[in-house]
Amino acid sequence: MSRYSIFSLLREGLNGQRGWGRAWRQPKPEDAYDVVIIGGGAHGLATAYYLAKEHGISNIAVLEKGWIGGGNSGRNTTIIRSNYLYDESAAIYEHALKKWETLSRELDFNIMMSHRGVLNLAHDEAEARQIKRRIEANRLNGIDSEWLDARQVKEFCPPVNVSPSARYPVLGGSLQRRGGVNRHDAVVWGFARAADALGVDIIQQCEVIAIKTRGGAVTGVETTRGSIKTPKIASVVAGHSSVIASMLDIRLPIQSHPLQALVSEPVKPAIDCVVMSNAVHAYISQSDKGELVIGAGIDHHLGYSQRGGLNVIEHALAAIVELFPSFSRLRMMRQWGGIVDVCPDASPIIGKTRVKGFFINGGWGTGGWKATPGSGHVFAHTIAHDEPHPIAAPFALERFTAGALVAEHGAAAVAH
Amino acid sequence: MFEIECPYCGRRDGSEFSYAGEAHISRPSGDEEISDEAWAGFVFMCRNIKGVQAERWVHSAGCRRFFNMLRNTATDQILAVYKMGEEPPEVEKQPLPSPSGESLGSGNDAVQVMGKGET
Repeated sequence: MSRYSIFSLLREGLNGQRGWGRAWRQPKPEDAYDVVIIGGGAHGLATAYYLAKEHGISNIAVLEKGWIGGGNSGRNTTIIRSNYLYDESAAIYEHALKKWETLSRELDFNIMMSHRGVLNLAHDEAEARQIKRRIEANRLNGIDSEWLDARQVKEFCPPVNVSPSARYPVLGGSLQRRGGVNRHDAVVWGFARAADALGVDIIQQCEVIAIKTRGGAVTGVETTRGSIKTPKIASVVAGHSSVIASMLDIRLPIQSHPLQALVSEPVKPAIDCVVMSNAVHAYISQSDKGELVIGAGIDHHLGYSQRGGLNVIEHALAAIVELFPSFSRLRMMRQWGGIVDVCPDASPIIGKTRVKGFFINGGWGTGGWKATPGSGHVFAHTIAHDEPHPIAAPFALERFTAGALVAEHGAAAVAH
Repeated sequence: MFEIECPYCGRRDGSEFSYAGEAHISRPSGDEEISDEAWAGFVFMCRNIKGVQAERWVHSAGCRRFFNMLRNTATDQILAVYKMGEEPPEVEKQPLPSPSGESLGSGNDAVQVMGKGET
């Protein structure tokens, strides 16, 4: 892999940009691999990268039914933060945030990480108390988090309407300055390029049809491009965890829902941070192109159609206009949906299953993007050692039998 | 957004209704003897079907009555609506073109073009 640098940029500039090689190969699937990763999204590619880099396992195939990063990796609103209430969640999201801080350098790929600050607003006394409690919990876990009153919110993000006569007045909010946004395609491409350079085969347009087992252990996968032998299979498929698990008759505590997002026409720089509000349910940031990136809620029925209801968008935009009256005349340019796998406790499932050699990483619900490098890192450790990474251990599937849920619904500044 | 045929009120906008989970699941009996696994299976685990699912809905902003529905969760097509306590009616099978439910080779044309010249 040739390194990207100021010198390669100059060289190719003088060369008419003709010398750039492909960022990753397009290999044909081999007959056998040490590990097969199902799902070529950011989490799957990160898993492959860390397996190759930190555990010396590079005979890996990443199987992607469409194109890499074409699922939820390309559909999220790219918000990064780690200000979760419970210790278990704080550990994994902070693990990820620390990796985000140096990822561009590590992957030699500009992921356009912008630590612009994430603001979570409080609209009533009860919510303000809850947020203050979370701020203290964050600080105890070494995570930067601070309380801003309404005046400070206005200073930090001037377009927010903090008028006391607002329908849902802003009383203040939590701010995580290290939070922010990045560029989702760049993360996918950066991990793909780095994993490929370490010998990982990224195989697109290759859908897994069946998983083969013998004596309670996996032996391989059947795909649309032939069968592949492998002793270890890792499912990292975002909206289709239940579909893959059902190939092994494993039931998961997951419900799949459509989640929508939308962007406005591009405008001049208006907000230079991320603003989230649970009470009115809105989250918004501005992309480098100038579009306002707005996240809506889930449709509450189970659905795999990647399409949500218009009433959900109306609800999200009503909240945005309430918070930012100056945005009321903006036209929305694009809208799309993705499928999110939601667990009953709004925490992910990472770990082993009752089938030997079958590992699962999924159920990230509406907020998996922020965890990408941390998720891939702890999952790679889990696969390589056949034992959960200490940070991943609380997120094992067994927690639903043991009752040890990590109940982040409503606790973690999660907008659902 | 759906339009849903409530068996009591007729066709209404989908936003009047609430989804209430997979239908025809009965609570295991004998609370004292149930294993943790069986209890977790009832409380948390789901089939989460991609394809035709029997499910419960409630007309929450209307008559507030529960009813059942057969719906293809991959396409959102509603195949039948029937009352609580009734058996699901026979409907035409809707096999998915692949486990993901998407026809093979779907997606980004650029990848397909690149796929032909594999190196």
